[in-house]
Amino acid sequence: MKTLNIILKGLSLFIILNILFVILQPGIGQVSAYNYILPGRERLPFGENSAKAYNLSLFDLDAMFASHEINGAQKSADEFRVILIGDSSVWGTLLKPEETLAGQLNSSNITACGKNVRVYNLGYPTISLTKDVLLLSRGMKYQPDLVLWLTTLEAFPLEKQVASPLVANNKDSLLRLAGSFGLRVDPNDPAFATQNIWDRTLIGRQRALADVFRLQLYGVMWAATGIDQVYPSDYSKAQIDLDADQKFHSFEPPVLDESSLAMNALETGIKVAGSTPIVIVNEPMLISNGKNSDIRYNFFYPRWAYDQYRALMTEQSLNHHWTYVDLWDAVSANEFTNSAIHLTPLGETQLAEKITPIVTAACK
Amino acid sequence: MTIVQVLIVAAAALFLGLFMRERGRLYFLLITSIIVIFWLQPALPLRGFDFWLPTATLVIIVFNWYITAPEELHHEKKNWVTLSILIGAVLLLNLSRFLPFDSILTPSRPPQTETLLIALACLGLLFFFITRLNRFNAALLSISIIGLIAFFLVLKVPALAYWVSYGIRSLTHQSLAEVKGTDLRWLGFSYIAFRIIHTLRDRQMGRLPAVNLAEYVTYIIFFPAFVAGPIDRIEHFIKDLRQPAAALGNDELLVAGQRLMVGLFKKFVVADALALIALNDTNALQVRTTGWMWILLYAYAFQIYFDFSGYTDIAIGTSRLLGIRLPENFSAPYQKPNLTQFWNNWHMTLTQWFRAYFFNPVTRWLRSWEKPLPATVMIALTQIATMLLIGFWHGVTWNFALWGLWHGVGLFIHNRWSDMTRVRAAEWATTPFRKTALNVSGVFLTFNFVALGWIFFALSATSVSWQVFLKLFGLH
Repeated sequence: MKTLNIILKGLSLFIILNILFVILQPGIGQVSAYNYILPGRERLPFGENSAKAYNLSLFDLDAMFASHEINGAQKSADEFRVILIGDSSVWGTLLKPEETLAGQLNSSNITACGKNVRVYNLGYPTISLTKDVLLLSRGMKYQPDLVLWLTTLEAFPLEKQVASPLVANNKDSLLRLAGSFGLRVDPNDPAFATQNIWDRTLIGRQRALADVFRLQLYGVMWAATGIDQVYPSDYSKAQIDLDADQKFHSFEPPVLDESSLAMNALETGIKVAGSTPIVIVNEPMLISNGKNSDIRYNFFYPRWAYDQYRALMTEQSLNHHWTYVDLWDAVSANEFTNSAIHLTPLGETQLAEKITPIVTAACK
Repeated sequence: MTIVQVLIVAAAALFLGLFMRERGRLYFLLITSIIVIFWLQPALPLRGFDFWLPTATLVIIVFNWYITAPEELHHEKKNWVTLSILIGAVLLLNLSRFLPFDSILTPSRPPQTETLLIALACLGLLFFFITRLNRFNAALLSISIIGLIAFFLVLKVPALAYWVSYGIRSLTHQSLAEVKGTDLRWLGFSYIAFRIIHTLRDRQMGRLPAVNLAEYVTYIIFFPAFVAGPIDRIEHFIKDLRQPAAALGNDELLVAGQRLMVGLFKKFVVADALALIALNDTNALQVRTTGWMWILLYAYAFQIYFDFSGYTDIAIGTSRLLGIRLPENFSAPYQKPNLTQFWNNWHMTLTQWFRAYFFNPVTRWLRSWEKPLPATVMIALTQIATMLLIGFWHGVTWNFALWGLWHGVGLFIHNRWSDMTRVRAAEWATTPFRKTALNVSGVFLTFNFVALGWIFFALSATSVSWQVFLKLFGLH
């Protein structure tokens, strides 16, 4: 009887705890050792090889932002706060934190509006404008004075918007953005991760909770080593010789169909930023001179599509009074690493030199 | 072992504990243990070896039972029954190769049955000839000990393991491009060797109780303790095994369950979490500051403790479900005020084994010299040699040798220091505060000494270990 009693009591407590968890949905991710006993990360957590990168990918936005240095940074009166959003090229694949665009801008000690510019890297390695808007909406909490949104055509196709796992696993946040700012989201998009009541229990969320816990532990290694991604000594360089393929996703030449591009996400992002100035930057890409480079610029883009995209962005920004900077060819071809948008440290320096005047000129 | 494997083993123990406590208990334990050694054996790149190695485990055990058991037991009917069970179990596991799906009891598809039958026939012949060699039994005991040590060296010396794997791959026409020293991962061999050597030595000294084949095999491969100990003594194990087990009552179930849960928590929550931040070959060269290096080292110290003692708790809890009380292996070792006490409470069954079968005999032998060495030299020699051997048990590498040396020298220094200061310390520590202060400082020093020793244990290269030492003291 004693054993049965203990088992029953334990089982009851466990069930009660799970029910409470479903009802209260506590924001476990907000509890973080970062910025208290561990230094905040210089970029959002992302990692495919956690044991070596001391980093991991998770979808809990609370935990992600709680681990970022911006969450622990009190904005002082003399700080001109800039947040960078964008894809892996902003996050800094293969780059150390100090080599990224944010790192380089910070080390150049620039000022804007008579204040010291402090740049925070909120880039995240998946390419989707909707993912950028999602992160921007969180980033606005930290009162930026300027938002730099680096993007590229690859982030625009509608089919890419929910494909980012971060977006697919944050449906509720997206629906809120849809309600508040008019972001076009199909709630029935099959790409969204479905959640039933079981997924909201302690058991159902065990993986997500374990990820939050592991993120704290890897924070120790991040603090001890300064490493937050794997830096392979060797990697395949971005493709120079290209297929004679005119296609871009489902787009066929000769016209880039605007209705299949997520222009609404761009507009939503600008609404989310509100009165905070936002600069949209068409990020640099590799312009190949290899086989079939007369057809394609690089692995991502056939020339016809990219040229139309640039023209479209220029037109849209004029129509909507967006601040738009086209830096598509700002970096020389040999300063790309493993992808047509990933830069070497020197490439980032070249980009930072182009961005610096934009930042210094930006005042509310 | 994964948590799923641990839970399956515990469930099997609970089932046997609840329903097989009387009739047939020994044989159920035997059969379960046989299945478990095949099931837990990791898959190996050498074709068929993940089946041959557990089979070899059983062959070695049967052989050693034969040479250690009194002659009158050899032909008892129940031992033939046990032998039939062993052969039958191996054959059945082998026949699982004909199942239309992958067998879950063997890590890969077992080798061809014809090959197994030929191997068993050859072994049968070999045994037949050995039975004719009864008069050489005493020599066979020593030969078996040497053989086990030779196997052990092959597995633990990286270069030897590499060349043996190379030879096997050459003979079996497997790719030589992928030869690795880890090709020969023989699960549980160290513990099997310890237990068998214990029985061989006790037999040599006339202390071994008479046990039948089923008891002997079950003792050696008892499934809760097969992977990570503890190393029980056969007389103690057999006593529990032979006692008619009382029904698994509430209290026993609670104690066993509690121990199991504590073990699971220690191993799969605490140790596995600490493993993410514990010192290792990769992060040793990445750490930027002295403070973080200490944190990683302490993380390692606690990780290895929780990992190992967690497994021990699991083994003890599981075996209690079966009515068998395994010995304790850890007793708050990091709370001990000196190194001697640390080693009396860390992996206790291993240190007791080395004390019984190496330290004490060597000390007696040294004392028996006509002109005995000075006591100090004798203590230094025996302590350092014992700890070096314990180091080599983990692997025959420079770093394990240094780890053994570190502790051997530490034990010797503590022995001398303790002799010199015992009286003065007792005179000084007259108040509770002073006693506590002495104890706390002892615990602090001992823990840090042990933690520093873990550097050699955690890392594989001596040069990296040295760099870690320098970093810890701000010299790098």
